[in-house]
Amino acid sequence: MIPVEFDYERAESLDDAIARLAATGGEGKLLAGGHSLVPLMKLRLSEPSSLIDISRIAGLSGIREKDGKVEIGATTTHHEVQQSELLRRLCPVVPEAAGEIGDPQIRHKGTLGGSLAHADPSADMPAVVVALGAEVHIKGPGGWRAVAAEDFFQDLFTVDLGPDEIIAGVQFRPLRSAGYAKLHQRASHYAIVGVAAALDVEGGVVRSARVAVTGASTHAQRLPNVEELLAGRPANAESIAAAAAVAGDTLEDVNVDLHASEEYRRAMVKVFTRRALERAAAR
Amino acid sequence: MGQVTVTLNVNGRNRKVTVEPRTLLVHALREQLGLTGTHVGCDTSQCGACTVFVNGQSVKSCTLFAVQVEGDAITTIEGVAKDGELHPVQEGFWEEHGLQCGYCTPGMIMASIDLLNTNPQPTEAEIRDGLCGNLCRCTGYQHIVNAVQYAAEKVKA
Repeated sequence: MIPVEFDYERAESLDDAIARLAATGGEGKLLAGGHSLVPLMKLRLSEPSSLIDISRIAGLSGIREKDGKVEIGATTTHHEVQQSELLRRLCPVVPEAAGEIGDPQIRHKGTLGGSLAHADPSADMPAVVVALGAEVHIKGPGGWRAVAAEDFFQDLFTVDLGPDEIIAGVQFRPLRSAGYAKLHQRASHYAIVGVAAALDVEGGVVRSARVAVTGASTHAQRLPNVEELLAGRPANAESIAAAAAVAGDTLEDVNVDLHASEEYRRAMVKVFTRRALERAAAR
Repeated sequence: MGQVTVTLNVNGRNRKVTVEPRTLLVHALREQLGLTGTHVGCDTSQCGACTVFVNGQSVKSCTLFAVQVEGDAITTIEGVAKDGELHPVQEGFWEEHGLQCGYCTPGMIMASIDLLNTNPQPTEAEIRDGLCGNLCRCTGYQHIVNAVQYAAEKVKA
């Protein structure tokens, strides 16, 4: 399968990439790992006039700790996230989820920024950044802006990102007590259902919870009724079971495909919410 | 855009290929450099038959444009034997009957080498997980796992 013809350019810096993107008049696309975009181009579902390769821009990849927050650059690969000692120590849910993406070959090329910008309804990282309350840092011709991850994902393959804007990275306050649990589609390794849960626990009591699901509906989103049931309750198996029992009840537009019916997906949202919460509580 | 020249190092030799930007790495390797050991299987980044190394890491060459690997070091199945001696993983596939039709084998071997590079003594579960990006439609997975275990033992010895 061969994509339509396109121009290929390599950007030297973030501003260079923004200028090159603007010059394509909305017809160009950014290319980093290409592991979301290239398959679509091969199927000719995406036919950009130009690809602007941002994978070699210095400073756009890497994982840093800054002012009590962790920053992950947009072109950091899933493999780098999975292997990060800093993340394993401060926020193990992130490398845990990265290790569940695709397969080793895909993790060597696919990037965090690419996964977020593409917003596949079954991608893993959107649920993780929503559960962590991360900010997506974006630069465009007008300068910088930051968007809360839960507002960034809007609909099927639809995010709060202009055609002339670039994700530079994400930033979040790390916490250890978070977990990710996923039902794999065995060939593609996309999530049939994936749930990320982050718990703020003090003295054995859940002060607050953030739970986000992917794979189940058009885009990654929080499960507010689960979060409400956990707040103020002991962080134990009983509370988790009670909260997981209502998981997904607020979801609309549940995905149906050859891998899972609506009924099965709704059942799995409850199962994987429980597992994600158990992982979070055990940390 | 017409043709562009891409310089890369393939199996230790500096090579130049002239390609369209839309030329996939696997096609550049097979059709321009004659390295037909790398196979196209599913062409949708799932089966892993096209697995090669870019700068020492396994990738699916059906999901990369050749222009993306400008200046990079590529290793294909043709480059893993040294001085006429099979790589331990190749030897393992031979000794443990790790193939039936052989179509997935080059990709399986590259993915297995990548696995052993990062985890020289994997458990059976780690081998199966490490090869989750490679499909064998003869479903000969048990012998493939045996082949990787053979190679891990040989390297340890």
